[in-house]
Amino acid sequence: MFSKILIANRGEIALRIIRACRELGIQTAVVYSVADKDAAYLKLADQAICIGNASPAESYLNIPRIISAAEVADVQAIHPGYGFLAENAHFAEICRSCKIEFIGPPVSAMAALGDKVACKKLAKKAKVPTVPGSDGAVDDEKTALKIAQEIGYPIIIKAAAGGGGRGMRVAHNDVSLRAGFRQARAEAENAFKDSTVYIEKYIEYGRHVEVQILADHHGNAVHLWERDCSMQRRHQKLVEESPSPAISQTTRENLCAAAVRLVKAAGYTNAGTVEFLVDKEQHFYILEVNARIQVEHPVTESVTAIDLIKEQIRIASGEVLSFKQKDIPQMGHAIECRINAEDPARNFAPSPGLIEEFRPPGGPGVRIDTHAYAGYRIPPNYDSMIAKLIIHRRTRTEAIAAMKRALHEFHIAPVKTTIPLQLMIMDNPNFISGDVDTGFVERVLLAK
Amino acid sequence: MGKMPMPLKDQVLRKKIKPGKTKVASSPARHSSPMDIGLLEEMVKLMSANDLNTVDVRDGDRRVILKRGPQYIAGAAQPIYAPAPSAPTSHAPSSGSIPAVTDETAGLIPIKSPMVGTFYAAASPDAKPFVDVGSKVDDETDVCVIEAMKVFNNIKAECRGTIAKVMVQNGQTVEFGQPLFLVKPS
Repeated sequence: MFSKILIANRGEIALRIIRACRELGIQTAVVYSVADKDAAYLKLADQAICIGNASPAESYLNIPRIISAAEVADVQAIHPGYGFLAENAHFAEICRSCKIEFIGPPVSAMAALGDKVACKKLAKKAKVPTVPGSDGAVDDEKTALKIAQEIGYPIIIKAAAGGGGRGMRVAHNDVSLRAGFRQARAEAENAFKDSTVYIEKYIEYGRHVEVQILADHHGNAVHLWERDCSMQRRHQKLVEESPSPAISQTTRENLCAAAVRLVKAAGYTNAGTVEFLVDKEQHFYILEVNARIQVEHPVTESVTAIDLIKEQIRIASGEVLSFKQKDIPQMGHAIECRINAEDPARNFAPSPGLIEEFRPPGGPGVRIDTHAYAGYRIPPNYDSMIAKLIIHRRTRTEAIAAMKRALHEFHIAPVKTTIPLQLMIMDNPNFISGDVDTGFVERVLLAK
Repeated sequence: MGKMPMPLKDQVLRKKIKPGKTKVASSPARHSSPMDIGLLEEMVKLMSANDLNTVDVRDGDRRVILKRGPQYIAGAAQPIYAPAPSAPTSHAPSSGSIPAVTDETAGLIPIKSPMVGTFYAAASPDAKPFVDVGSKVDDETDVCVIEAMKVFNNIKAECRGTIAKVMVQNGQTVEFGQPLFLVKPS
C-alpha cells in the first residue's frame, strides 16, 4: 500500500481523495494554483504545493510541474481525479516512467477505449451492442452522405476525440448534414486538436444509462450496477440516480454484464464507467467508456456501500478486489444533484465570486460533497460545480421527497446556483414517473 | 463587577501547551499587536521554557512566526545535489536560526520561484553562491538554481537592486510563487 499520494486536482474531488487517503492512513500532498491558494481543503492535506498561475495550462494541466511536485513531495502514486489529466494517456505514461503509479487504468486500455472509433471496434468483438454507424472515421462529405442515407436520418456527427458534448451535430437531411459535417470537424479541431469525426444513427428520446465497473490487476472485474443520467443540459448532467427507474431487471443485468465483458476485453483495470444509450424499447447501445472516476460516483457508493476512491487506491497498489460480484448489493435508491454556480435566470451564465452564506442541508440520507463554505471565493477559472448533494433512501419516492426537502434547506448566497432548476426537476411529473430522455430538460423544462 | 481581561502572557502560561505548532490568539486591546517587542520577548522565553519550536501569531493582517531550533528532517544530512529525502514538511519555509521576526511590508521586492523544485544557492557544490546579502543584481543576474525533474534551471533576478535577504536554504523544496530573495530596489 502506498504511504504517500499526490492529488493532481482541485476542489471537491481533491477533498474527496484526501478523505479516502486519511481513512487508509496514507499521507497526502495536493497541488494548487494561485487561484486556489486560500481554499480551506488544502489544509486537510499533509502537504500543499503551489504549482503555478490560475490558468489550467500553467497548473492543473501542466505535466512537468505536477511531476516535479510529485518528486519533491516524494510520493509513490498520483491520483488524477476527474477532468484535467485524468484521461491523458501521455501523463499516465510519464508518471509510470518516473516510477510513480498513476491511479487509473493501463495506458493500453486508455488507448483502446478512449478513442470512440477504437472503442466501437472493441465493443463489436466483445459482443456489446453499438449504435449503427460509420464503423470508423468519416473523412469527407461524400462518404458522410452515403453513410447517412444507408443508416437513415436522423444521424449525429461526433468527434472521435470528443467529450463534454462538443464536436457534435445532428442532421435530419442532406442539407443539414453538409453544414453539420463541416461545423463538427471545425469544432473538434478547435477543442481537441483532432478533427476526426464519425457518424451514428441519432436516437432521439434515449436515456443515458451508465455502468460503474472496478477491475483489479489479478483478472477480476465486477460491475457496481448502473446510474441513470438522463437529466442533462447541453450534455452536462444535472441529476443522476441509481437504480434507473426506466429499465427492467433483465435489461439491467444484460447491460451490466455487457459492461464487464467490454472492460475485460480491453484489459482494463481500476475504476471506469461504460456509458450506454437506451431507447424506448429498452435496446441498449454503447456510447463510450470513461476511463476515470466520475463526478457522480457517490450515487453508486450509496447503493452499494463501497468506497470507490479507496478501491481505486487499493487496486493501484496491487491488492486483489476484496469482494465478488454476488457480494455487491443495489440497496434502496440514491439521487445526486450537481449544484453549479450558474444563474438559471441568465441562461446559466457562470456566477463566480464570494460565497457569503452557505448552509448545507442535513438529516437522514443526506450527503454533501463540497469544497465550498461561507467565505469561500469561487475562482472564475475552472468549472462551475460547487457541491454535490446526494440523497439515499429506501425507495425512489422517499428519495425524491428527501431531495426536495434538502434542496429547499440548502442556502447559498449571494452567488446564484442551479438549485431552482433541480427543484423544478424534482416536481416534474415526467421525472417522477420516470418518463424522460436526454433531451427532456432542454426541450420541455427550459423551453418555457 | 466585570472580570479584567487576563494579560496575554498569563493566558499563554495557563494554556495547555503541546509541542509543535501552537496558534496563540492575540487578545484585544490589552497587549497590542504581535509586533510589540515586549510581547515577542515574552513569547521567546515561553517557547524555550515549554520546548516549543514554532509559534504562529496573527493579529488582523499582521503576522509573526517564531521558530526555534533546527527544523526536523528525516534521514541523514543530505549532500547538496542528492534528491531530498522524504520529510514531514510544513507550509512555512524552514529555517534553522534562532527566532527571527519577519515583516513583509518593508518595500522590498521578492524574487519568487517560477517553478516547483529544489533550491540551490550555487552552480555546484564547490562553487560560491551566486549571490548573498549585499550582492547587486540586475535583470539578467543569475541568483540561484532550481532543480526540477533532474533539470537544473538558472533563475534570474529580473529586477535591479541589492539582495537584502535570502529566504530559503540550500537544498530546500520550493513551490511556485515562493519568495526566494528579498531585494532592496535601486
